[in-house]
Amino acid sequence: MTTASVPLPNWISYGLIPLLNLLLAFFFSGLVVWWIGESPFEALKFLIQGSLGRGDAIGFTLFYTTSFIFTGLSVAVAFHAGLFNIGSEGQAYVGGLGAALAALALDHYVPWYVTMPFAIAGAAIFGAAWAFIPAWLQAKRGSHIVITTIMFNFIGAALMVYLLVNVFIVPGKMAPETRTFLEGGQLPKLDWLMALFGLKLGPAPFNVSFLIALVMCYLVWLLIWRTKFGYEMRTLGISPSAAIYAGVPYARTVIIAMLISGGLAGMMALNAVNGAAARLQVEFVAGAGFVGIAVSLMGRSHPVGIILAALLFGILYQGGADLSFEMPTITRDMIVVIQGLVILFAGALEYMLRPAVVRIYQQFAKG
Amino acid sequence: MKKTLLTLMAMAAMSATALAAEIKPALVYGTGGKFDKSFNEAAYGGAEKFKEETGVEYRDFEPTSDTQGEQAIRNFASRGYNPVVAVSFAWTSAMEKVAAEFPDTKFVIVDAVVDLPNVRSVVYKEEEGSYLVGLLAGMASETGKVGFVGGMDIPLIRKFGCGYVQGVKAANPDAEVFQNMVGTTGAAWNDPVRAGELTKNQIDQGADVIYAAAGASGLGVLQTAADNDKLGIGVDSNQNHLHPGDVLTSMVKRVDLAVYNAFKDTQGDAFTAGVQSLGVEQDGVTYAVDENNKELITPEMQAAAEKAKADIIAGTVKVHDYMSDNSCPN
Repeated sequence: MTTASVPLPNWISYGLIPLLNLLLAFFFSGLVVWWIGESPFEALKFLIQGSLGRGDAIGFTLFYTTSFIFTGLSVAVAFHAGLFNIGSEGQAYVGGLGAALAALALDHYVPWYVTMPFAIAGAAIFGAAWAFIPAWLQAKRGSHIVITTIMFNFIGAALMVYLLVNVFIVPGKMAPETRTFLEGGQLPKLDWLMALFGLKLGPAPFNVSFLIALVMCYLVWLLIWRTKFGYEMRTLGISPSAAIYAGVPYARTVIIAMLISGGLAGMMALNAVNGAAARLQVEFVAGAGFVGIAVSLMGRSHPVGIILAALLFGILYQGGADLSFEMPTITRDMIVVIQGLVILFAGALEYMLRPAVVRIYQQFAKG
Repeated sequence: MKKTLLTLMAMAAMSATALAAEIKPALVYGTGGKFDKSFNEAAYGGAEKFKEETGVEYRDFEPTSDTQGEQAIRNFASRGYNPVVAVSFAWTSAMEKVAAEFPDTKFVIVDAVVDLPNVRSVVYKEEEGSYLVGLLAGMASETGKVGFVGGMDIPLIRKFGCGYVQGVKAANPDAEVFQNMVGTTGAAWNDPVRAGELTKNQIDQGADVIYAAAGASGLGVLQTAADNDKLGIGVDSNQNHLHPGDVLTSMVKRVDLAVYNAFKDTQGDAFTAGVQSLGVEQDGVTYAVDENNKELITPEMQAAAEKAKADIIAGTVKVHDYMSDNSCPN
């Protein structure tokens, strides 16, 4: 019997092992910091303080977290159906168009809570639409979804730059972006939520889309583990041939799973476009779609895991920026190295420590 | 003896800084990064020059996203850094927000206009400088075909391209100009390989002078042009030295001056807000001639460029600015 198939209690699989992985990642990051001549403890202090130490720091961390929850869920839903959607980046980008159109059309006339459902729908529909063609090609023509979705990221970027530079730009302005939305098109900040904990949000762009993200986590959990379609998706993901033999309609399941995935990615735009910037900008996704892949892998494609992993990446993003601000010798490239180490140990080398943990566990269980 | 001299010099330097107003300058780069041998590095050069001259330390930061840029500008302002200089139009909205929050701090933005009483906006007439290098390109080209490789298809780069085309046509009305953009994402500013491929493509179509306005991607343009025995034209910083003899000239945009002056003016309590529009007349943009390319610029070319410069200053030659009506006559 190999160690890989030994059942472990949940607290070890989902609590202890990720924690050990994380400690290992921080240990090696610390070595890197030490190697360039800075104190790892000092660096860790700046990282934690910069991401969790003040009200506005927490606000920024949760702002990043919100984006990563959406893209993480997006990747996870597709992953359950056995599809590796690396097009969340492009789907979020195009989703921004839907969110922005809703805001631009309505912000003069109605308050934000009336615009919000339209913005959510717009973001989700545009994001889903951008996932539709790769999904259809995969389902009907067998074109590999990894290839088509990554190509669609570039097509999406080209489309958005074209629209922003030629259609939406404010004449005479240098920056390719839409006009600023009025309050009716924005999502308000959650300063009252922070105030409940006695914290001041300050300038951090933490906004209502965080709550939308949490609702989506619950809905995704319902979808995957409590519906017939979710069951079909998971069956297809584990064994396509068995699923098809059992009567799961392959093309329909693939396309719907990808539409949901694209829609979730598109909703990331609510946070960045309607929440933070109050305008549609070039490159507003800024890599959140790709971080979503790491978040989903680390979170084991489970909404709770995704929230935790998204929080971890939020801390790394916000704390990392603060760290390189406080310690100029730690450049932004060093921060990427540290983020890479966390992905490597906590995501990719998921099973590295498992055999050792299993052996120790078995000794204790026997004794 | 040497040691005493050094000590004396150090003391002199220290007392000099003590006399001048104590300032804590800060610089926020564009997302392209500090050492792009082009736009951001020019800004870095200006800050370094100030540090060398005055001994005053400055802080800088390289943001990777729009959110980080705004945070960095705010962090510097809230920690008492003054002036805070942000290079790149990407920080326009960030600057609008933060400058309003810190009315006592002096801010400088390069490449965009922010209309606030404590902000100096430095913009350049890139079309004029590009016109000059276009003129030189048109004269240097033997095939009558020249190229332009931009980073991303955004208004700023169209402004460069538009001025360049006008310059080329002024030298040779029948000349053909190939225009390509490296990409559609921020990676376009940092993709010398793809920029090189586009250059190769333009060379295959007959272009023999290629102007790069693509940040660090431009390095690929100059490299490919040099490898194929064609001429490249550098941008923002003087890039003639990168491939001596194979870079026709560089369209120098004095971002270094914007940064240097911002620091210097704040130190001397001479900071002024408002828009500074720097063209050929103010030496804000120009073409570079040095020992690396003086063989390439013939006396006729030099004379033509100088005449064009004088005509632009006198107003007899008007270079159309793409930004004025979002279109280019050619």
